[in-house]
Amino acid sequence: MADSHGPLAHHFDSLEQQYESARLGMWTFLITEVMMFGGLFLGYVVYRTKYPDLFVAGSHHLDITLGAFNTVVLIVSSLTMAMAVHAAQEGRRARIIGYLWLTLLLGGTFLGVKVVEYSHKFHDHLIPGAHFQWHGAGDPVGPIQLFFGYYFLMTGLHAVHMIIGAGLLLWLIRLASKNRFSAEFFTPVEMVGLYWHFVDIVWIFLFPLLYLIGRHG
Amino acid sequence: MSEPAPATNYLNWNYSIRSWLLTTDHKRIGLLYLMGVTFFFAIGGLMASLFRMELATPAGNLVTADTYNKLFTLHGVVMIFFFLVPSVPGVLGNFVLPIMIGAKDVAFPRLNLASWYVYIIGGCITLYVAVTGGLDTGWTFYTPYSSTYANTKVITAALGVFITGFSSILTGLNFIVTTHKLRAPGMTWMRLPLFVWAIYATSLIMVLATPVLAITIALIAIERATGIGIFDPAIGGDPVLFQHMFWFYSHPAVYIMILPSMGVMSELIACFCRRRIFGYSFVAASSLAIAIIGFFVWGHHLFVSTQSPYAGMVFSFLSFLVAIPSAVKAFNWTATMYKSSVSWQTPMVYAMGFMGLFLIGGLTGLFLANLAVDIHLHDTYFVVAHFHYIMVGGALMGYLGGLHYWWPKITGKLYPEWWGKFSALTVFIGFNLTFMPQFVLGFMGMPRRYYSYPVEWQALNVLSSAGATILGVGYLIPMIYLIWSLKNGKPAPANPWGAKGLEWTTPSPPPMHNFEQTPIVTEEAYAYGNEGHGHG
Amino acid sequence: MNKLFNFFPESASTVAGPLDSLIWFLIGLTIFFTLGIGLTCIYFAVRYRRRHVDEQPVQIEGNLKLEMLWTIIPLIIALGTFYWGTRMFLGMITRPPDAVPIYVVGKQWMWKIQHPDGRREINQFHIPIGTKFQLIMTSEDVIHSFYIPAFRVKMDVVPGRYSTIWFEATKEGVYHLFCTQYCGTSHSAMVGKVIVMSPAAYEEWLAGQSVGRKETMVEAGTRLFTERACVTCHDGRTGAQGPLMRGVFGKPVELSNGQVVVADESYVRESILKPQAKLVKGFQPVMPTFAGQLNEEQILQLIAYIRSIQSAEGTTGGQTK
Repeated sequence: MADSHGPLAHHFDSLEQQYESARLGMWTFLITEVMMFGGLFLGYVVYRTKYPDLFVAGSHHLDITLGAFNTVVLIVSSLTMAMAVHAAQEGRRARIIGYLWLTLLLGGTFLGVKVVEYSHKFHDHLIPGAHFQWHGAGDPVGPIQLFFGYYFLMTGLHAVHMIIGAGLLLWLIRLASKNRFSAEFFTPVEMVGLYWHFVDIVWIFLFPLLYLIGRHG
Repeated sequence: MSEPAPATNYLNWNYSIRSWLLTTDHKRIGLLYLMGVTFFFAIGGLMASLFRMELATPAGNLVTADTYNKLFTLHGVVMIFFFLVPSVPGVLGNFVLPIMIGAKDVAFPRLNLASWYVYIIGGCITLYVAVTGGLDTGWTFYTPYSSTYANTKVITAALGVFITGFSSILTGLNFIVTTHKLRAPGMTWMRLPLFVWAIYATSLIMVLATPVLAITIALIAIERATGIGIFDPAIGGDPVLFQHMFWFYSHPAVYIMILPSMGVMSELIACFCRRRIFGYSFVAASSLAIAIIGFFVWGHHLFVSTQSPYAGMVFSFLSFLVAIPSAVKAFNWTATMYKSSVSWQTPMVYAMGFMGLFLIGGLTGLFLANLAVDIHLHDTYFVVAHFHYIMVGGALMGYLGGLHYWWPKITGKLYPEWWGKFSALTVFIGFNLTFMPQFVLGFMGMPRRYYSYPVEWQALNVLSSAGATILGVGYLIPMIYLIWSLKNGKPAPANPWGAKGLEWTTPSPPPMHNFEQTPIVTEEAYAYGNEGHGHG
Repeated sequence: MNKLFNFFPESASTVAGPLDSLIWFLIGLTIFFTLGIGLTCIYFAVRYRRRHVDEQPVQIEGNLKLEMLWTIIPLIIALGTFYWGTRMFLGMITRPPDAVPIYVVGKQWMWKIQHPDGRREINQFHIPIGTKFQLIMTSEDVIHSFYIPAFRVKMDVVPGRYSTIWFEATKEGVYHLFCTQYCGTSHSAMVGKVIVMSPAAYEEWLAGQSVGRKETMVEAGTRLFTERACVTCHDGRTGAQGPLMRGVFGKPVELSNGQVVVADESYVRESILKPQAKLVKGFQPVMPTFAGQLNEEQILQLIAYIRSIQSAEGTTGGQTK
């Protein structure tokens, strides 16, 4: 959010004040994100409590291997993102760009796997709506659609955040190759880092909630 | 008293439309908001006058039932999301908050401009809905009516509200960071003007509650589009879950609307009594207390919606509790006037009007917080009257008072004092005539959102509609003389009211970056005793 | 025409009187504080009006004792009012044991009322004074709200679940019945009349109605129970595929997942429409759904029947008359 036309925007007194503002702004933004995902989690909890068996049944239609693979991918991407921030603090341009590309690659992998998963659901007619088909217990127009509804809503909203994150990474790479960052000014890298970690943490909650219900015993 | 105004200020440095539409100056953005909220207020007011006309007779005869339902729905949506929520923070907050704390701008100026555009886009979508089929769900969007049964443009309207929500979130975020990080040297937290405290508390609510509204409204749109039974019990959902999620935002939203006006009140009373606000720290703390407790009272909207009676008891208890900080504010404002020097200028007349209307609005809230009484009064005209006393009597009076107070600073022009007082009085009388009868109607059992009603209630309804006419005139007068003053008003000195506060140390209108040099604050807010030892 | 200037609602039920006392107390409180603070403000504003432009009043910082005083006194008043209202509320929602059940179904835009003896009324509701009634209500479409101002009772009528209220009328007359939850185009036409009669007049009305009288709620439920073949599985034979219905109503039931639920109206309704949602322990999920085959009124008749065979076990229910 800092001004891209020069490190210090006119209304700040110092780079430090600007950095502190950006950081507080980012954290506040992440709190709003928590509240927004929170609304979805609340609905999920209510309906899982209301229809525990159907949520377990729905969960068995998710691909646990792909889900676990994606979890690992995202955790590693968080590591590479942290390394990029570290490199930025040291002002090492080549390493920033390298780690950012790596993070982008891992994020892209995650999204690619997600596309594969979504297309499986599409193939199996598990997309809620008119073409939904369900062969297990329970009424196909009833609550079982809620499980898949929440699956698509939660992972979909997460994927939207991933896509935005990927865009931000590209923006950083462009800035870094123009040599905009230095050991004194690396605020954008750190802010995107915070965002990226947040999006990863959301997935850390989504994976067990959606994929692992009823597989603990 | 007044220093000669410098040649260039934030208004005249560039007249091009481009310089307005791409401005990142918080003062110009404040004026953009002023145009936006005035436009939407006019639209919402027009709708209200139409359905008040309809309600002058017991039978429906002016418009059809469907049109009537669309009118009150859009009146609510427009007035709440596009007028009340952005009014004081967007216009007055944007304009004076940075100057009050000695900053050159808000923390994220471009984000600030983006907020305005997001607001306008949301507004345009809502207008599009209004002219192409309307919305008839009530501004509360209750499910399953909104998600399954309504035949109007629910998805598009939901999109409009969803988008506007982000304007509110980004504005709140900007004010929080600005207040934390951009205060001038010496401007400690306990030296902040109470308006800044109020806007800060409001911003906390905006940031925490609005995302929940956004996702809730999005869920309705998704349910309508895909048929997942999120809120429709016929396909597995829970309609009351919607009410919980909706009111988790919408009750705190009441405080988004009233807290900033309470902040304006503190400024007005201090200035026109020449007195530091009595119990400054209690008034500041009560803003935060309202913001925090306000998050835990949403269930008092669900006393008769099959919520568990025990949950009802907890929510009732907390609702009584949230009344206390408001009472503390009222007592402190009154005490501030004791042995002070009260000047009866226009903003003070508005402030006195606020006191009267807000007291009635707040105290009638006790009826609705009360479990037993709410069973009788819930969803009757009593509720309508109560929240109009808070949100129009309170929030709007505060907004108008603040606008009159800072108008000389914003435009550099003075408005005719006599007309100002006259309009304040007209609004006060018209308001009471409109809404006092509605308390009686509600007590007698007239349900809200009724297109036709039993004949025995006609007298009170005619009285209310007549009052609305006076109220409408009361709102029209300031619009006319304020616009008139832009060209014909006398030039305003830097500090026309003899007020304290950094915004009165800059010329009227202020220069582009507010201060030539960052001011250094050496005294408390409202230091009216130390005449001659100004700021800096 | 004198009705035009009547500013007090009729009070025609047992709760109306006590509730009005509380409302009058609150009105008094509102007037007291509004006038008290408002007049003080006006007095200060006049008494201490600015007499010349440069006037400087003495500065007063604040006073901790006063702050405490005006925090604690409102708090005490608020808590007292909370206690008063909550106690009354508990009385208003707790169903008296001898209340006669009446079944209400709301739909866009009418109220359908079914008396225990099977008589139906639409947007009209005849009751005698001196008898307690419990309303068991549900909706066929959106949320409605059942409101009789003269009785001071109101409760949302929510699709997919049952809500209840009770009242006892005390005064003969014709009163308004309103829907107070906005429900679409004709929301304001979803109104009716409550006709409160003396017990004698009520008996007469009953007799006059008996010409076209149909079966009672319980009779209808009994017939449905056989017609829809519920009886083949729920008759309590050893080896029957479904649990016995006799004596179940209102009792806790253990489910196949170990949960325990109370077999109330909502549970019976859910088990008819979504049999697999909460399966009783020891039974297979073999029951077909009756969703779309039974309407809300028929489900209420089945509930009335299941309720009646519960009371036949011993406790005296007032509904099988």
